[in-house]
Amino acid sequence: MAETLTYLYLTELLGLVVYDLKGRRIGKIRDAALVPVIDPVRVDRFLIGSGWTWLTVRWDQVESITLDGIRLKDEVLTPYHADEYILRLVRDLLDQQIIDAQGRKVVRVTDATFDVRDGRELRVMEVDIGMRSVFRRLTQGILPRSWIRRLQEPISVSSIPWEFTNILEPDPHRRLRLNIKTNLLERLHPADLADIVEDLDPEDREALFEAMDSEKAAEALSEVDPDIQASILESLETEKAVEILEEMTPADAAAAIAELNAETSAEILEEMEGEPQEEVRELLEFDDDTAGGMMDTEMLVLPGDTTVEQARASLRSTEDLAEHCNTVFVSGPGGTLSGAVPLARLLAAAEATPIASLASTPVIQVPLTADEDEIAELFDKYNLLSLPVVDNDGIPQGVIKVDDVITALRRR
Amino acid sequence: MTQSINAIRRPAGATVSLFRNLKRHIVVFFAVLGPGFITAVVDNDAGGIFTYSQAGARWGYLPLWTLLPITFLLVVTQEMCSRMGAVTEKGLSDLIREEYGLRITFVMLAALVAANLTNVMANFAGIASSLELFHVSRYISIPIAGVLVWMLIVKGTYASVEKIFLFACSLYICYIVSGVMVKPDWKEAAIYSVRPVLMFDPAYLTMVIGMVGTSVAPWMQFYLQAAVVEKGITVKDYAESRVEVIVGCIVMSVIAFFIIVACAGAIWTVRPQDISDATDAALGLKPFGEWAYLLFCAGLLNASFFAACILPLSTAYTVCEGLGFESGVNRRFGEAPIFYWLFTGLIVVGGGVILIPGFPLVKMILLSQVINGVLLPFVLIFMILLINKKRVMKEWTNSTLYNVVAWSAVVVMIGLTVALAAISIRDAI
Repeated sequence: MAETLTYLYLTELLGLVVYDLKGRRIGKIRDAALVPVIDPVRVDRFLIGSGWTWLTVRWDQVESITLDGIRLKDEVLTPYHADEYILRLVRDLLDQQIIDAQGRKVVRVTDATFDVRDGRELRVMEVDIGMRSVFRRLTQGILPRSWIRRLQEPISVSSIPWEFTNILEPDPHRRLRLNIKTNLLERLHPADLADIVEDLDPEDREALFEAMDSEKAAEALSEVDPDIQASILESLETEKAVEILEEMTPADAAAAIAELNAETSAEILEEMEGEPQEEVRELLEFDDDTAGGMMDTEMLVLPGDTTVEQARASLRSTEDLAEHCNTVFVSGPGGTLSGAVPLARLLAAAEATPIASLASTPVIQVPLTADEDEIAELFDKYNLLSLPVVDNDGIPQGVIKVDDVITALRRR
Repeated sequence: MTQSINAIRRPAGATVSLFRNLKRHIVVFFAVLGPGFITAVVDNDAGGIFTYSQAGARWGYLPLWTLLPITFLLVVTQEMCSRMGAVTEKGLSDLIREEYGLRITFVMLAALVAANLTNVMANFAGIASSLELFHVSRYISIPIAGVLVWMLIVKGTYASVEKIFLFACSLYICYIVSGVMVKPDWKEAAIYSVRPVLMFDPAYLTMVIGMVGTSVAPWMQFYLQAAVVEKGITVKDYAESRVEVIVGCIVMSVIAFFIIVACAGAIWTVRPQDISDATDAALGLKPFGEWAYLLFCAGLLNASFFAACILPLSTAYTVCEGLGFESGVNRRFGEAPIFYWLFTGLIVVGGGVILIPGFPLVKMILLSQVINGVLLPFVLIFMILLINKKRVMKEWTNSTLYNVVAWSAVVVMIGLTVALAAISIRDAI
């Protein structure tokens, strides 16, 4: 008599012989399935190969599971037919790519580990990758199960808890039916998510961006490699692509649109609305390696007599801007740029002070046509955090931030 | 208080001209330059150079006609790999595993490691013998070369390593220069390049089979596809990437042409004879000037060293990818331990055996031909099956005509490789 199991591997489950109430042999396990809308971890049914047909047994029909076989409580057997609500572990999971949200990478599934409850109920505990699971896969069916368990002991374990995995499903209907959510991924840092996206294949990327919230998608997309950015946007429905682009800063959106093929970019520009569309169109006129192409058009420019208190209020009223703004600019007569006030100075100053008195002058600025090298040199020489860009009349047009310069330098 | 979130006003004016389109193609071509070019050129490694030298020394200009069909076969097989890489953005071992399971993948990878290990040995032997012509002992050259290879890959990134590889590709020009210096009979060379000569002489047939059979090796398919993926080439750049593959295959054949011609002009015209290794061929060039000889040696050293870098790298890539371990030169040692250990092991063992006196190197090389011959049919068949799967390739599957060509090429390749494997078994016994 085999001892009671506490854990079981998917590879061990496969090929286990199933006996009915009277001890008659029915067949061997071929696959196991979850029904995520009912329970995200419990194995809901077992698929048994019996002669030429496949039969299904529900989890509550199982009396016991041991390494010697599975015994059933009754004799009710249903023929297997495909069901869109089930996630078949062998077909849909084994050898496929999934996202490990904890390790922030894309991995390929080699095996899965179940927790065995009361010696009869299986719950998916972990997804296994690495040497140990490869060893199990290769030796399964060649050596007895109990030997494999002993022989694998010295090899180190490499597993991902089931709750930290994210399955990828290209079909949107099935994604819904399998209850696949992207919450885990939306909690990641956009830059980490972008790395994951780059590792996926094009189909899975599309699936992910379709499913994700537009704001999160926009943040991640801004960090993705330009070529991949373009292929993602081209694969999405125009409507979704526009939704994502509108969440991006005009500068990032313009950079992304510039990489698209003519047809898609025309469609997208057509769909975009009002102000963002206009800004993007204008930004598209500049080469990416000039000040005009590098700058972000979102900036805060206030007249010199504005008080510190008023300046703080206007920062508060433009939440989006406040997030990545580090300098407030001061305009002089005729709207020309006359000074720059770092945020820290704005915080420290008394409320009634006019901002003109806080501004450092003369302000370092560049024309729209300045090139990348020139800009990088200025940042280095003056230890800048941001650099305003002005047109021929000295009117501020946008701002280049230190991270844009780093990106440009790294790209070489 | 005014607050302005600025916008730029500028007249719109699109200036997309034909010239700009052409410029784009050229820019993209240089951006995608690497994978196909490197793979094809490394095909002329120590073993390849020996095969071509032997063909030229023994048969003169007669074998030149095989280069055209070889180029064609190479283009067909390489194009499919780079297309799969660009469309799926996954490596070949990845795709095979996804579609055909872990066990079959594992068996293929095990055979690949064995074949590539013997290949690495052959190339370290090439390094040793070419430097021995310059009176450098192998007990000095092999350890230094091993460390250099290791440092180059481990300390580099994909981009920097690729630049060095491309530079190594350009050094193959040594062969062209030494071929010209020998002053071969260009008229003969031109005629026999397009006139097939079939003789039912067993030695001649063995030579032809050897030339074609070694031209497509399993590792190339895996390396090319992995390099396409690692470089981030996507369907967008595919048109240029295809050109790059074709240009690479042509360059490979041009180099082979000059090697054959050099040996034909220098050795065959004096007295047709068999040579025992590639350094023999170099010595045969000596009467035609010190430079022709030196360049031929330098070419061999470059090719061997280059292949000794690529083969372990490609093997480690392929294995890790297929079994789902972390891989890639852009990752650090701690992040991808198995990748680096495998890579290191191949270099240490591959270089180490060259230092063992009396090691049966020739037998090992014959064995590698046999393993390659057994493995290649599976690789090519899997490739064609995969590339015809709509689910995998979308609208990028083969057309019917292309399939006819591809299947014929594959059948020819399989026939010749199996024949080569049979000959190798005969020779080994």
